[in-house]
Amino acid sequence: MSDQVASLRHPAATANADALTAEVAGLIVQALNLEVTPAQIAPDQPLYGEGLGLDSIDILEIALVVSKQYGVQLRADSGENTRIFGSLRQLVEYIIAHRTK
Amino acid sequence: MSQFLLDVRRLACSFPPGRHVLNACIDRYHFTVGLAAAVVSGRVSLLPSSQAPQMARQLGAFAADAICLTDEPDCSVALPQLPYPSEPPGGCVEVAAAAAQEVPQVDHAQLAAYVFTSGSTGTPLPHRKSFGPLVSCVREEARRLGLTGGARWAILATVPPQHMYGFESSVLLALGCGHALCAERPFYPADIAAGLERLPRPRALVTTPVHLRVLLGSGVALPPVDLVLCSTAPLARQLAADAERRFDARLLEIYGSTETGQIAIRRPTHAPEWHLWTGVSLEPEADGTRARGGHIEQPTLLPDVLEMTGPESFLLHGRASDLVNIAGKRSSLAYLNHQLNSIPGVEDGAFFHAVEPTRSHIGVARIAACVVAPALDAARLLEALRERIDAVFLPRPLLFVARLPRNDTGKLPLAALQSLAAQAKSATPA
Repeated sequence: MSDQVASLRHPAATANADALTAEVAGLIVQALNLEVTPAQIAPDQPLYGEGLGLDSIDILEIALVVSKQYGVQLRADSGENTRIFGSLRQLVEYIIAHRTK
Repeated sequence: MSQFLLDVRRLACSFPPGRHVLNACIDRYHFTVGLAAAVVSGRVSLLPSSQAPQMARQLGAFAADAICLTDEPDCSVALPQLPYPSEPPGGCVEVAAAAAQEVPQVDHAQLAAYVFTSGSTGTPLPHRKSFGPLVSCVREEARRLGLTGGARWAILATVPPQHMYGFESSVLLALGCGHALCAERPFYPADIAAGLERLPRPRALVTTPVHLRVLLGSGVALPPVDLVLCSTAPLARQLAADAERRFDARLLEIYGSTETGQIAIRRPTHAPEWHLWTGVSLEPEADGTRARGGHIEQPTLLPDVLEMTGPESFLLHGRASDLVNIAGKRSSLAYLNHQLNSIPGVEDGAFFHAVEPTRSHIGVARIAACVVAPALDAARLLEALRERIDAVFLPRPLLFVARLPRNDTGKLPLAALQSLAAQAKSATPA
């Protein structure tokens, strides 16, 4: 489903999103000292709980990195929290929509 | 206040028969209503140390009549569930309205809660918490924090109400000392800042080193507060100083344990010494420090190395090595090893500190594990562990090896385990 949506986008926007996805994956691996390589994080794999196996402390850690790098302050009461960390792709989409730097 | 009493009486009237209530409410107001409703109806609240599925099963075994009070629509706890809030049964509304006219009197010795720690043999250990000692402990806390001057404080906490620190310093401090608690538990830095901003002053933030570091590092604008309280893990002095400057507030640090509750306090920017609660005494022993007296119901061996510097003051020199404390969740290597080795397919396995906990003030120090399990892969092993232990203790890294580096006596030298971990790390493709 999300692949179909991605294919409808402008090619340049898709390329930017791909580059940012790789960058965010790298930040996550580095910040959390994960054993996987950035490329091994599948864009649609759940980040939280099962899937990549991150817990709430990791999510806080990612929130810190994302705020420093992109000027995005995550909010739980925006009601989007579960979705943002649903997958790497969704986190990146949120960053694209809200980044200030 | 009258709404609270009404809510408490309505819920107390809604409980099914049985004496034990696992209070899993996330909203702190719901939790507090659940706690008080249990107390006024002679029930005992169960406060688990972990949300792992096995914990609920074990609590069910501990108290066969246990129900789970929950405010989550998709609560997965495998016990009979009582959703909250929900309409009380017929008749309860009138009964509650009458009963809520007066503030209930609770016997000092009434058992209010069992708070659980993970025992070393796989069964959670219950710790009895009677109403009187709980209240006298937080009243001492209020005196030490300067929350007794008649002002009504508003308390915002980032820790869950089921954890002993959050239970005492948010729920009981408000309930037992006439302050107001915030129902929500803000998670992200921006949520915490916005939550504080909304509160009248004086206002206090009850938090942990993990939250403080992220909060100060995030660049979010922080509103002034009147007190910051921190506990669960050692707080670096610099972080304490930054927090005081950014919040324009005193930062006080609490020392305690699930077994003893809180027993000492310090202001890390002023002096490294901790000051004991009145009546509590500490005695160094070979493998830790014995705490007794005051509100402590059962003398307890704390797995910490302490040095008394006066009759009521001490320095904390660190944790005994078997203890694992990650973000305020506590376990022991013995317990984690027991769980790991009880998984079908695991032939041998051991958790260990991949880095010394004291050397990793930046970030959260995770624990590693080495395992001999030729029939299992990482995903299946982690799934089995997730069933048994809290997620913060899941090993990182998890190393599969042909055999553990045991020495002649069968022991596992930490250096050998750490060198295995270092080899594995350097072998990981970049």
